[in-house]
Parts: sequence; structure tokens; C-alpha cells
Amino acid sequence: MNSRDRVLARIRSALAGAPDAPAGPRDYLAAHVPDDPAAVLDLLHENLADYRALVHRTDGAGLPGLLARLLAARGSATVLVPPGLPPQWLAGTAATRVADRAHSTAAELDEVDSVVTGCALAIAETGTIVLDGGPDQGRRRITLIPDHHVCVVRAPEQIVASVPQAMERLDPGRPLTWISGPSATSDIELDRVEGVHGPRTLEVVLVVS
Amino acid sequence: MSGTFVGMPAFPAAARDAVHDPTLRATLRHATHTIRDKRARAVAELPDWQRLREAGKRVKDHTLRHLDRYLLQLEESVVLAGGTVHWAADADEANRIVADLVKATGEREVVKVKSMATQEIGLNEALAAEGITAYETDLAELIVQLGHDRPSHILVPAIHRNRGEIRDIFRAEMGAWGRPAPDGLGDSPAELAEAARLHLREKFLRARVGVSGANFMVAETGTLVVLESEGNGRMCLTLPETLISVVGIEKTVPTWRDLEIFLQTLPRSSTAERMNPYTSMWTGTADGDGPSVFHLVLLDNGRTDTLADEVGRQALRCIRCSACLNVCPVYERAGGHAYGSVYPGPIGAILSPQLRGTTSEIDASLPYASSLCGACYEVCPVAIDIPEVLVHLRERVARQGGPGHRVEKAAMKAASWAMDRPAVLAAAERAATRTRRLHLARLPGAGAWTAERELPRIPEKSFRDWWKEREE
Ligand code: SF4
Repeated sequence: MNSRDRVLARIRSALAGAPDAPAGPRDYLAAHVPDDPAAVLDLLHENLADYRALVHRTDGAGLPGLLARLLAARGSATVLVPPGLPPQWLAGTAATRVADRAHSTAAELDEVDSVVTGCALAIAETGTIVLDGGPDQGRRRITLIPDHHVCVVRAPEQIVASVPQAMERLDPGRPLTWISGPSATSDIELDRVEGVHGPRTLEVVLVVS
Repeated sequence: MSGTFVGMPAFPAAARDAVHDPTLRATLRHATHTIRDKRARAVAELPDWQRLREAGKRVKDHTLRHLDRYLLQLEESVVLAGGTVHWAADADEANRIVADLVKATGEREVVKVKSMATQEIGLNEALAAEGITAYETDLAELIVQLGHDRPSHILVPAIHRNRGEIRDIFRAEMGAWGRPAPDGLGDSPAELAEAARLHLREKFLRARVGVSGANFMVAETGTLVVLESEGNGRMCLTLPETLISVVGIEKTVPTWRDLEIFLQTLPRSSTAERMNPYTSMWTGTADGDGPSVFHLVLLDNGRTDTLADEVGRQALRCIRCSACLNVCPVYERAGGHAYGSVYPGPIGAILSPQLRGTTSEIDASLPYASSLCGACYEVCPVAIDIPEVLVHLRERVARQGGPGHRVEKAAMKAASWAMDRPAVLAAAERAATRTRRLHLARLPGAGAWTAERELPRIPEKSFRDWWKEREE
């Protein structure tokens, strides 16, 4: 008997005669905030900031200027650009664009100062942005290695209130990365330190239409 | 179950040393109280907490009831998504599978994201015996590994180390493992974290094989989920060409939607955050993004024995949040090492003796590592009745005699007469769990414990409640 059969047989004999166990009710809340886009946007803003992301607001017309200022303030000379990032987003910056090519090594990405991406959605209640590898987000590694990540969220259409609402909209077939604030550790005497391996600085730009 | 802490004394002896170490006690007290208070605030934000808890419990019980079916579905989904699935009946088999997979890549080193399953099976040691070096990349695990030490907490494995000790370990040991600690390294957490970043980055950027566990596996879609904070998980899960995940069979959930329950309850119970900084979810392999080869090793190693126990099987609901450790008066004083297992605290006291059996002295003593105060049950996000299982396991130990019986006797001097009357003992203990907040002072079985230390204060409100009930 191979191990697969052995484990399955052990499970079946362990459960012989066990009572039925229906999955039970899902009477928890679908969201913990009222269905009001303005309030949900404010809550996202607040929770992102609470996790020490730097949060900015602008509108479509203001986005290129804001992104240029954020990169300049950081002194970023190079910026990683996912293949499908709208070109006009970076129209205002002088930073050198670096494309993520299939063969770009991790060491090459480590040389880049900043990365700018879009997102799949953002969750207000938890202060989370979710990336799903879409064209304006690129591969998982490009938002991991550079020390500065700027993520653009379009309000209201990319914002959901809660985790259950997020699950409904996400595609499990895609690689998903949920990000709540910058990389952090509390492993040393529970003192929180930011930026252990992931980006030390996360900036979120809320583009309100 | 290997990964027993070799040479560990049984719980009462190990705990006695720990409670007399004032530094350790102060560190633990500070840490557990800090997390505990924060957690209570994070949980209070969700008015539907008890409903989420019930939903989580029910989903897990349902999965366990049909575990064969869901594992087969999971296997099919993972294979469809481009992964390969292996089944490991025990630790040795899992270690052999992983070692062979690593060797087949031609590599001699792997980077690891913290995983309790791989600690449980002693994977690092098994790989070392095959000439493969496994680098732990979680900051606390790095501290533990460099310190030639054992983890002492599920969530904060180096909870027993203070900053000065960590600096000394980094200075003395980093050089032997790769990039040495920076000159003049101080002991501020920021400096220490930076030293770890530099030391590990060199390893991440060249790693070709990653090894992980997983918090959840979704049968319906074949998706694996890892929650973490530092980004070392993302590094291990996405930079290597080959990813090998070793996961206990009980980590299965049926549907994608089930994750919405645990993604709400786990972070709040664990780190007391609304959400942990990073969660990675992957389904097989993705074109051009992340590892091109993915292996899933499904681990039994005593889980099916646990499943066979009607009362004890609820321990398999555990999502390893560690909330029960942080509220446990026994854990707070004894520390994680006293439990002689990778699973410390209340959950360890019921899980280890079930996974490993109760024949060894340490395992037979673990069901006594509790005052049955019930705090662990109240915080558990999947409502595992740990006191109930403890009492059940005590009955098992009492019945079997042998070394367990001897340990039990030592632990229960005050109630030794009951040992010859198992039925009386069981009844007394059951009664004790029902009114467990009341008489922490002198529970049968807690004698050896309470003789050594001050007792937790009896919550006044519960006493009144109890009194009222009694009067009615
Ligand atoms: S037993 Fe419950 S409280 Fe303890 S670690 Fe497991 S899930 Fe968390």
C-alpha cells in the first residue's frame, strides 16, 4: 500500500461512525461599515495610515504630478514599471524607467530605487491592498525587492469594505499578494520595526474620480 | 512525531527550572500581557466575533469529518494548476521526499519560511544529514537557529531572548552562516533587524529552492495561503525556481470563500492586527511569475491518530494563532521550552501527546501542564475546548499506567488517592472544568503546579455568576 492509500485508509477508519458535521451557518457580517463610498474611502485611508503606509489623495489629472513629487522626494533615480502601467501616470517624472523583463534577476531588481503599480482592489476595514499580477502590477517580485513601493488605488471602483467582499471579487487562479502596511517585525522584545525584507516604505495614492 | 526536544526532562522538571529564571519570567510576562491586551482590543472591533468563531469551528469540523474527500479534491486541484502532490505518512517519509526533491534540483541549500510542520518533523536536521543546509529566514527563527536554540512560542519563537542576547548571538554566529554582523552592531531592535536584512538578502537573491508550510489549503481551487509580516515569506515563495510546501493534512478548507472567516479571525487572534502585513496565495504555478516547479507534501504524522479520538480530534481545528499561549498562566511562568515540543502552551499540551502518543514521560506529563482555568478556550478563534481535551487525556494517561502513571502521581500528590479510583478522578476533573474559574487553587492535578507559584486572581464577576447560579 502506498502512503496515499495508507493515509486515506487511516482517515476513513478514524471517522467510521463519526456523526455528521454540517458546515453550519455563515451568519457573520458581510461588512462592518455602512454601504457609503465616502465613508469606506475614509476608513481605508485611516486604516492604511494606522499601519504606517503613507497615504495621499488626488484626482486623475493630479496623479502624474503627485507621482513625480513622491519619487523626487525620495531621491529615486530609477523606477520599476510593470508592463501594463498606464504611461501617463509617469508622464511627470524624470526618473529612469526600468522595465521588468522576464529574465531580470532579483539582483538587478535590487538596484532599482522605487516601483509604481496599480492594484486589484483595496479593503477598507483592514487597510489592505491586494495585487493579483495584473498588467499594471506585474510579477510578485517587483513589489518585493525595491525598498519603496507606490501603489495607486482608484476610488471608488477598486475599494471594497470588507474581507468577504474582497474574496468575492478575487480570482484564486492568479497569484495574490495582500499587503497591509510596510514589511514589519515585532520579533525583538515586541518592538515594532519596519522594513525587514519587503519595502520599508509603502505609499498609497487614492485617486478619487 | 520526531522533533521531540531530545533529552528534555518531563514538564514539571523543565517548568521548575524556568519559573526560577527571573529574566525569562519577566520577558515572558511582558510579552504575553502585551499581546493579550492588544488582541482583546482587535477582537472587540468585530461585533460578530462569536459568529465568526462559530463559523470557523463548524467549517473545520466539517472538513475533518470529510477529510478524505477534501484531500482528494485538493490533490486534483493542485495537479490541475501545475503542481505535484506527495503523501507522507510520517516524519521520516516527509523528510525523505523533501531531501530527494532538493537533491534532484542539484542544489545544496534551501531558504525556509517559518513552518511548524517542518519543525515538527525535524526537517532541517534531516536535510543536514543529507548535506543540505536549510536557512530559516523569519527573524525570530534566525535568532533561534543562530543561537543553536529551540523556538519557545508559536508566533514569537525567540520570545525568551532579549535584545542584548540577540546582539551577542548575531555578532558571534552570523559570520559562520554567511554575511557577518556589521561592525559595532548595537542592540536596538532597528539595528538588529537591519543586520538580519543584510544577512538574509544575500541568501534570498541567490536561492533556487524554497521550503514553506501553509496556513490554509483550499480543496476547491488548490490555493495555498501563507500569512506573515516581514516579507521573508514572500521572498521564499516567489524568488526560487522550485517551491516545496510541507503541510499538515488538517490545514485543508473546502472552499475559497471559507478563507474569509479565517482571514478575519487569524490575524486578530495572533498578532492582534486587523490584517498581517503580507499574505501570499498561490495556486500551482503561474506563468513567468514565481517558482516554475511546485511540490506539495501532505503530512499525516499522527494527525489521523488524533482524528480517531472523538474528544481529542477538535485539536486539529487549530489555526496556530497562539492566543491560547498568551493567556495561559502556566505558559506565562514556564515558557515554551518546558513543553518539550514545537507546539507549546495549551495547544501543545493537547496536540503533542496526541500526535506522539503518551508513552514518553514528557508526553504523559503534558496533560497536567494546566490549571484548567479555561482562558485558552475563551480566546480560541475556533473554539477548541482545551480543558475538556486535557481532562480526557489525563484519563488516558491514568488508564495506561507505566511511566505516565508515575509522572501523574508526581504531579498529583495532593490527590493521589484518586489515582486508584479513576472514575472518581474523572468525575472530579469534569466538575472542575465546569466551574473552572472558581478553584484554581486546588484542582486535582494542578497540585504540583500551584504549589510553586502564586495563583492567578479569581475573576470576581465569574464568581458572582457562579454564586448566583448556585443560589437559584
Ligand atoms: S488552540 Fe486555538 S487559541 Fe490556541 S493556537 Fe490553536 S487556534 Fe489559537
